Amino acid sequence: MSDTSFVRTEMLAEQDPPPTSVGVIGWLRANLFPNWWNAILTVLCLAAIWYVLSGLLGWTLRSVWTAGSLSECREVMIETWGSTHGHACWGVINDRWLQLLFGFYPPELYYRPILALLLLIAALAPVLFADKVSPRLLYVTAAYPFLMPWLMWGGSIWTPVGVAAGFVVAYLVGRALRGAVAGLVLGILSAIIWWMVWFGFPVQTEVLAAGLGEGLAAISPDTAPFLLETVESRKFGGFMLSVMIGVVAIGCSLPLGILLALGRQSNMLIVKAICVGFIEFIRGVPLITLLFVASTLLNIFLPPGTNFDIILRVMIMVTLFAAAYMAEVIRGGLAGLPTGQYEGADSLGLNYWQAQRLIIMPQALKISIPGIVSTFIGIFKDTTLVSIIALLDPLGLSNSIRADTDWNGIYWELFAFIALLFFIACFGMSRYSMYLERKLKTEND
Amino acid sequence: MAESMHDTMVEREIDRRKMQVSEEVAIQITGMNKWFGMFHVLRDIDLTVHKGERIVICGPSGSGKSTLIRCINRLEEHQAGQIVVEGTELTSDLKNIDKIRSEVGMCFQHFNLFPHLTILENCTLAPIWVRKIPKREAEETAMHFLEKVKIPEQAEKYPGQLSGGQQQRVAIARSLCMRPRIMLFDEPTSALDPEMIKEVLDTMIELAEEGMTMLCVTHEMGFARQVANRVIFMDDGQIVEQNEPEEFFKNPKSDRTKLFLSQILGH
Ligand SMILES: Nc1ncnc2c1ncn2[C@@H]1O[C@H](COP(=O)(O)OP(=O)(O)OP(=O)(O)O)[C@@H](O)[C@H]1O
Ligand SMILES: [Mg+2]
Repeated sequence: MSDTSFVRTEMLAEQDPPPTSVGVIGWLRANLFPNWWNAILTVLCLAAIWYVLSGLLGWTLRSVWTAGSLSECREVMIETWGSTHGHACWGVINDRWLQLLFGFYPPELYYRPILALLLLIAALAPVLFADKVSPRLLYVTAAYPFLMPWLMWGGSIWTPVGVAAGFVVAYLVGRALRGAVAGLVLGILSAIIWWMVWFGFPVQTEVLAAGLGEGLAAISPDTAPFLLETVESRKFGGFMLSVMIGVVAIGCSLPLGILLALGRQSNMLIVKAICVGFIEFIRGVPLITLLFVASTLLNIFLPPGTNFDIILRVMIMVTLFAAAYMAEVIRGGLAGLPTGQYEGADSLGLNYWQAQRLIIMPQALKISIPGIVSTFIGIFKDTTLVSIIALLDPLGLSNSIRADTDWNGIYWELFAFIALLFFIACFGMSRYSMYLERKLKTEND
Repeated sequence: MAESMHDTMVEREIDRRKMQVSEEVAIQITGMNKWFGMFHVLRDIDLTVHKGERIVICGPSGSGKSTLIRCINRLEEHQAGQIVVEGTELTSDLKNIDKIRSEVGMCFQHFNLFPHLTILENCTLAPIWVRKIPKREAEETAMHFLEKVKIPEQAEKYPGQLSGGQQQRVAIARSLCMRPRIMLFDEPTSALDPEMIKEVLDTMIELAEEGMTMLCVTHEMGFARQVANRVIFMDDGQIVEQNEPEEFFKNPKSDRTKLFLSQILGH
């Protein structure tokens, strides 16, 4: 038997770690060259990255920036490098970047979309960074849905004011008849009546259908101060159009998706059936189909002569499409909540909507942030599909730019520029979602 | 087990004079029946709870104890019979239900605190939104009750940062902030470690001393002996026996009760 008893007589002093495990060398060893096999992989990967980047960077950087047409570009390339191969012609972007951003919006009115964008930032700030921005900016957020169409399409200030007032009327009526479905229904009815009165009797479908668009602007053209020059929908285009459709779809699909998800969980049979039917139908149909319905088929159902703005129609379709996906994402979040949360809220006497707003949704939405943002990103990229129904989003514009003899045959430079615009927007959203997840996580534990 | 239970209890002189039971009726249950699908969970329950009464409900697992007290604030719906709480009958009328729920506090086995809100926010939420009390006032009330359950210093933390016993005490404080007239407890200590059981029971004893009407589902027989003025034994969805604690533990009448007590007390 060996002797297992041991007594330490001298305590050990602390020592530095070996130099190969700290600092740059340590990091390299740990992450890139931990063993022979990984070292080989590292070298192979670096070679591959170098190969791709050298081609790409060469094309991007050794390029022509000032040229009025593709043939001019080619001449410059031949002069400088002796060949047209492997060099980008950024002249097209230089020449057409305003068009890619604004479509055919009148250049002297560019300040309006720019102002709308700045206001959008001001309106989003208090929502996205609630803890860092003054809550007073929320007034901008509330006014934005009415200001944006006015700025973009122009017309009289009374149009957005009247529309907004309709919502105020609905709210007041709904509040006066506190609670229950009656308040909701009567609130909506009174708002509709308000709009009818405001925008002139007798009411034509045209008026209602045109919604926030040019139809309304045409009603009271000269009666108002702050009259903005009207811009027609067919002049809208470029990245501006993508952002407009994207923002409306994102902004409206979240509340609509929440309602659909709640409806799907409801124990009112008919509400549930309608929600399930809607969600499953929309999810079962490609977005393109819905857009075609918006652009052509809808005219068959509407009374002849109806002027239902095409951009508005597309916005509604994209919103409905996004809302169906949103509803499923949020339903996943709801399913992740323990029933104890519902019981806790119930036992305190909170009513259904209070419980949803204060207890259930904050937690369910937090769980679903990654899914929600993925849906946002997806829907924003899907706005490029509107080029198929002849709206001039950046992709649609790239076709019409190519139709010009000057730029006939140019592809990659346009696509690269459009891709860059979308990447910036989508990457921003993705980063924001990660920031939000981190923030909410540290907040709660 | 009874002995060890006794050790965890505070050996303190309970002021029984304060724990007067009044003649007024707090809860009146008559001929109440409930089914889960085809399964008859609660059968012909008749129970009258007077103001200031402290009732402990015990019985084997699945006997319907939780279901019974959850019927009192309509977390479960009964199908036959009548439940009248503080003069208001529980029907499918949502207004009545919300009113009764705001008068009846409830503590759950798993606390059911809201993890996304701080302790203070957990306590002020319902007073602000249901009772429409100004925020400042609600916060003062909340701090008062958090002091009472001896954790005012945790007010700014989130539930996830607290121990089980602390969370359960917050849950009690949260209910108390609504100034309920009746408190329901569904096994408030059975998810806790022994050393935490004591702190929660202490809080409950204090509550009893202040004359709160309480219905507790619990297996803490020490607590029942010390605080309850009535023990109800349930089995198979029925009230099998009820008596004063002394009598109940010393001279159980029904065989089922005897069997249950012998199992739980380990004799
Ligand atoms: N939502 C439900 N649907 C169907 N059956 C249920 C439901 N809730 C409880 N039950 C059944 O009803 C019976 C009584 O349940 P209850 O939770 O009231 O028992 P309990 O006495 O509280 O038991 P425990 O001591 O285990 O908590 C059990 O058999 C249980 O399986
Ligand atoms: Mg139970």
